[in-house]
Amino acid sequence: MRPDGPDTLGGAAGATGLAVIRNGRIVDPACSRDEQGDLWMRGGRIVDRPADDEAKSAAVIDAAGLLVLPGLVDLHAHLCEPGFEYRETVESGALAAAAGGITAVACMPDTDPVIDDGPTVEFIRERAEGAASKIHPIAAITAGRRGERLTEAGELAEAGAVALSDAGRSIGNPAILRRALEYSRMFDLPIFVHCEDPSLSAGGHMHEGSHATRLGLKGIPSIAEETVAARDLMLAEWTGGRIHVTHASTAVTVELIRSAKQRGVRVTADASPHHLVLTDESLSTYDTHLKINPPLRSKADVDGLRAGLADGTIDAVASDHTPRSVDEKNTEFQEALPGATGLETMLAVVFTELVRPGLLSLGDAVKAMSTSPAGILGVEGGSLASGGPADLLLFDPDGTWTVDAASFKSRSANSPFTGRALEGRVIMTIVGGRVSYRRDAPESP
Amino acid sequence: MAKNRLRALRHRHLIGLEDYSREEIGLILDTADSFKEVIRRPIRKVPALRGKNVVNLFFESSTRTRLSFELAEKQLSADTLNFTSTGSSVSKGESLSDTARNIEAMQVDCVVVRHAAAGAPLFLSQCLSSAVVINAGDGAHEHPTQGLLDLLTMRDALGRLEGLKVALIGDIAHSRVARSNIWGLREMGADVVVCGPPTLIPVDIEEMGVEVCYRLADALRGADVVYALRIQLERQQEAFFPSQREYTRLFGIDPERLELAKPDAIVMHPGPINRGVELDSRVADSGRSVILDQVTNGVAVRMAVLYLLNGGGERDAA
Repeated sequence: MRPDGPDTLGGAAGATGLAVIRNGRIVDPACSRDEQGDLWMRGGRIVDRPADDEAKSAAVIDAAGLLVLPGLVDLHAHLCEPGFEYRETVESGALAAAAGGITAVACMPDTDPVIDDGPTVEFIRERAEGAASKIHPIAAITAGRRGERLTEAGELAEAGAVALSDAGRSIGNPAILRRALEYSRMFDLPIFVHCEDPSLSAGGHMHEGSHATRLGLKGIPSIAEETVAARDLMLAEWTGGRIHVTHASTAVTVELIRSAKQRGVRVTADASPHHLVLTDESLSTYDTHLKINPPLRSKADVDGLRAGLADGTIDAVASDHTPRSVDEKNTEFQEALPGATGLETMLAVVFTELVRPGLLSLGDAVKAMSTSPAGILGVEGGSLASGGPADLLLFDPDGTWTVDAASFKSRSANSPFTGRALEGRVIMTIVGGRVSYRRDAPESP
Repeated sequence: MAKNRLRALRHRHLIGLEDYSREEIGLILDTADSFKEVIRRPIRKVPALRGKNVVNLFFESSTRTRLSFELAEKQLSADTLNFTSTGSSVSKGESLSDTARNIEAMQVDCVVVRHAAAGAPLFLSQCLSSAVVINAGDGAHEHPTQGLLDLLTMRDALGRLEGLKVALIGDIAHSRVARSNIWGLREMGADVVVCGPPTLIPVDIEEMGVEVCYRLADALRGADVVYALRIQLERQQEAFFPSQREYTRLFGIDPERLELAKPDAIVMHPGPINRGVELDSRVADSGRSVILDQVTNGVAVRMAVLYLLNGGGERDAA
């Protein structure tokens, strides 16, 4: 399947010109829309069908047989710049995102220096100018992510930070988190929490369970996440602050979130594709690409996350894209750094493993990867409604492919899905009306 | 000596006993029996590995295992090299995959590896295209030659493995010896009970086919083999148990407690013993103790493993 039309709509038609995506199946849960049709764009935004004489001048993209989806919005990616450019940069991460149908990425502040002041937020935004997808910086809750002194949330919000997070760390002192939740209410910035009690997870390399026992590896128990999730949710309830539990990994965490939502706590949550698909059993050969934090959990946890996603307790799927170099992975298991890339596989993994088997409807999947995360971040997008940004993707639901890390646009290749056969391919990604990714050299069907 | 249908091992490496079959374990034990005769000769040397070189790669300190392997290699006429380095490969400045490449470039036939990181021998075997890898202990994962020498010692003393009740006492969580024994014993048809404080029993170990108990008396009652594991006294600092005194009070094996085991029960320990902690000296030095037989059998078992994995067995099955 190959769309016709100019390589860049910014050329012939121009970002200010008119373009139409014809004959695709438009799936837009934000507007309860799922129908064959045409989608019109002008000036980087989605527009209503123009008058006939004007319509004739439009650049045409043929999307017959393809799905037309609102661009995905990723809540959680590590783009590693500044400080760890050998793993990823804003530019390479944005391109990897576009290749995965993601048109907006929220990037984590665990950089060096940490994204914890206005100028650093602005630096990220400058680096993102002209990048293949929109980049929304998440800034740290505390200076240097040290869990001690609050960052200047007012300045951070003004500079463009969309959320606050100490990325990869929990705030040890509950009084600090209490104040952060209270203070951020002024700016309506969600606080993203990584739930992990370091005294319970210390020295652990994988989920604590029968497989860790067999492999002789120290485990990371589920309660290392759950005790902190329970505390953080209680603090959110107490303060009325907005909290977002990112990369929830256990069934009990899902239950804690579910009951918090029932009590009216302002909580949202995401889970990562690998936690929705893979279990600790897959680590039987000490494959360091499956070393992730939080760790791949048990089958019961996967089932709990899936149920949470299906009933809306888990609002979003987020990539938790964590690039690592070859040397950081090609070593003894206990020496290897945790983390997995995910921008380029998220959609196809969710489509193959959850949508195809009927565990999640296509509309709910799009909602979880586009509409809901856009709402959580308070950014444009997540919909194909007229007037919104022309951020979208064309997706071939019948395209099958095998994950090959060497072909990634990311600078890193540490995918836990390498070698896996997936269904569904991103054919084209459009950001602000411009083609930011187009699959090269498509194989003939 | 029992006749065995197998004449050679199916595996190329010895990473662990988890995936070794009853027939393969039987072949190793039978081959070790015949090497015990060699050890008793006035000239304890056979030419089985002449022209082969073996590197002993010890990334974690070890005295007895390294000496035992070295003796086994020399008695098989292999050329041996020793490489000893403590600390992680990262702190040492060379990655394990680079070490593997160097080994490959030096045309080494066989690598005996001891490493503090579970999974390191498997990783090494995946990096090497031709050399044989023998795991001499990796983290808390496996110590397969220890498991095999323990099986041989039990078989020698009690005449069989099938149906034995073996009690493993102590720090199961951090013990590669326990894991290799569990796999080997279960495969050979023995029943295993593990006993220690709940903090030192790893989660879901029942899935390895063992019974768990927390009271020493329950573990010892009717046991054919009482196997005390070495307790690392540093574990106190990590709050696995409150004190050595309490550990010994609850799990120390003394002559009175040993009365609960079968009259002909044997006592084992992988060494080095913390005398008066996990094992009372009156037990360690009694006629029931086969602890020094374990050491002797260690050399024979390692000769058998080295021999079988380096081309022995096919042309000349023991």
